[in-house]
Amino acid sequence: MDQLLNDFSPGLFFMQAIILLILIVLMRKFAWKPILESLQTREDGIKNALDSAEKARLEMQNLQADNKKLLNEARAEREAMLKEAREMKDKMIESAKTEAETQANSIIEQAHAAIESEKKAAIAELKSHVAGLSIEIAEKVLREELSDNSKQQKLVDSLIGEATLN
Amino acid sequence: MVATKSIKFIAILVLMMTSVFAFANEGEHDNQHHEGGNKVDTPEEIKEYIAHHLKDSHDFHLYTNNETGTHVSFPLPVIVWTSEGLRTFMSSEFHHDDAGHVIVEKDGVKLTKIHSKIYELEAGADEVVFDDHHHAENAHKVLDFSITKSVFGMLLAGLLMILGFGALAKGYKKGAIPTGFGRALEPLVIYVRDEIARPNIGEKKYRKFMSFLLTVFFFIWILNLLGLTPLGFNVTGQIAVTVCLAIFTVVIYLFSGSKDFWGHTLWMPGVPYILRPILAVIELIGFVLIKPFSLLVRLFANMTAGHFVVMSLIALVITMKEAFGPVASTGVSLALALFISVIEILVAFLQAFIFTMLSSLFIGMAVEEHDHH
Amino acid sequence: MYNLIGAGLIVIGAGLGLGKIGGSAMEAIARQPEAAGKIQTAMIIIGALLEGLAFGALILGK
Repeated sequence: MDQLLNDFSPGLFFMQAIILLILIVLMRKFAWKPILESLQTREDGIKNALDSAEKARLEMQNLQADNKKLLNEARAEREAMLKEAREMKDKMIESAKTEAETQANSIIEQAHAAIESEKKAAIAELKSHVAGLSIEIAEKVLREELSDNSKQQKLVDSLIGEATLN
Repeated sequence: MVATKSIKFIAILVLMMTSVFAFANEGEHDNQHHEGGNKVDTPEEIKEYIAHHLKDSHDFHLYTNNETGTHVSFPLPVIVWTSEGLRTFMSSEFHHDDAGHVIVEKDGVKLTKIHSKIYELEAGADEVVFDDHHHAENAHKVLDFSITKSVFGMLLAGLLMILGFGALAKGYKKGAIPTGFGRALEPLVIYVRDEIARPNIGEKKYRKFMSFLLTVFFFIWILNLLGLTPLGFNVTGQIAVTVCLAIFTVVIYLFSGSKDFWGHTLWMPGVPYILRPILAVIELIGFVLIKPFSLLVRLFANMTAGHFVVMSLIALVITMKEAFGPVASTGVSLALALFISVIEILVAFLQAFIFTMLSSLFIGMAVEEHDHH
Repeated sequence: MYNLIGAGLIVIGAGLGLGKIGGSAMEAIARQPEAAGKIQTAMIIIGALLEGLAFGALILGK
């Protein structure tokens, strides 16, 4: 202890105090402050970058989810549209079919009617024609038959005979 | 970058020139001044040599040529406050005398150097008279503000810090990531901040103390490492230096003590009223005396012991030469000294770390605010 | 002479203390290797306090 006290140099103590004080002030101004500030800004920067990266990742996720939703919606819509179109097509075909059928039926009917009426007309004409012809023939036959009186008498007689028999 | 390089170049040039100049200067003087010869041979001489090394010195001694008795060293300025006022001269005027034989007279003040301390002779005395315990009877110590080897070491450490960390700070202006040597320094700064200051002082308040802690940490570490170089600084092994460092810490934590800290120290809650004053005295002694004392003694004793051990092991070359021959003794000494030096490199860091750690721990105790009441 | 004996006693005490600290720290690290850093720091602090005490006593006795 005595030796230590003897070794203690107040001058050195004083110089050390001054040097340390000046050194602290100098280092604070020229080194520690800028260094610590730069470190702080750098760390903040890294932290911010990480945060924003995380945020971007979340946003990306949201976006992806949105995309998926949109895609699903679009798909559903397409599906619906296709279904509708198919239904419409079916309906159209159906209606066209029925229409065509009815039309065809009516045409056929008309044709039938026309044919019938033509037939009737033709038959009627044929009938009248046949009647005319038969009358003409009958007239000619009669004229031939009844050209002399005997034949006329004979006919009357046969006719009367037929009539009395009945 | 160019500026830093040129500064370094100039510094080295100045250093070299001074040493060459000193060498030439010393060459003129003969070895007659030196007491007991220059050889370090016997255990007593080794002991004395080590004791001398552990002390501060007024010149920067590099080595001594035993053949010619020339000291290769460069002198450092002596600045003393005597009874007659300030006196300055170069330490070369003492001609390496350390036993009070050479008396330098400066404007009516007679000064001499005994065991690395500068004494002023009382008026009328022409030479130092020693008593039985080898204490000077007719001389007293003066206030010595010399640029001693330790002060020189501190200035060197300060210069290194300003150059290194100044460059690092400047580097941040160019980009967020340091280049060159700054890459090695930056993790150290972050280490002090994140491992020492933050956990011990607390997230909110550590910023205020960063300048002190960083400066002290690197100051002690650089000085410890300088002590391991062959230049032979023993700055952190000077009791005055460690006292100063500890007093800085004490002043800082006493002046930044929170209300809670003083409340707990001076009027401990939850303790019987009779005991409170006693506890207050104990706590005060703890904070004002014991804590700084342990801080300063630890650093001082560790560094002194380290230097002592390294030098003793190197001295094995001499002490074991008789028994084992020169080659074996050199080999053993080299191996042991190398081993201890590696440990000392660790200790150099550890002591800087512990000083800073305990300082921040004490500061943390002082600034802590309790919310439980 | 007496102060040398005292120094020896101090060193014995400090050695016991350091051994206890070191041993406990090793055990703790073995039990929880992930907390090794924190345990080491705490160990060094306690060791430093002990060292301060021992050195203080040594210096006072010198």
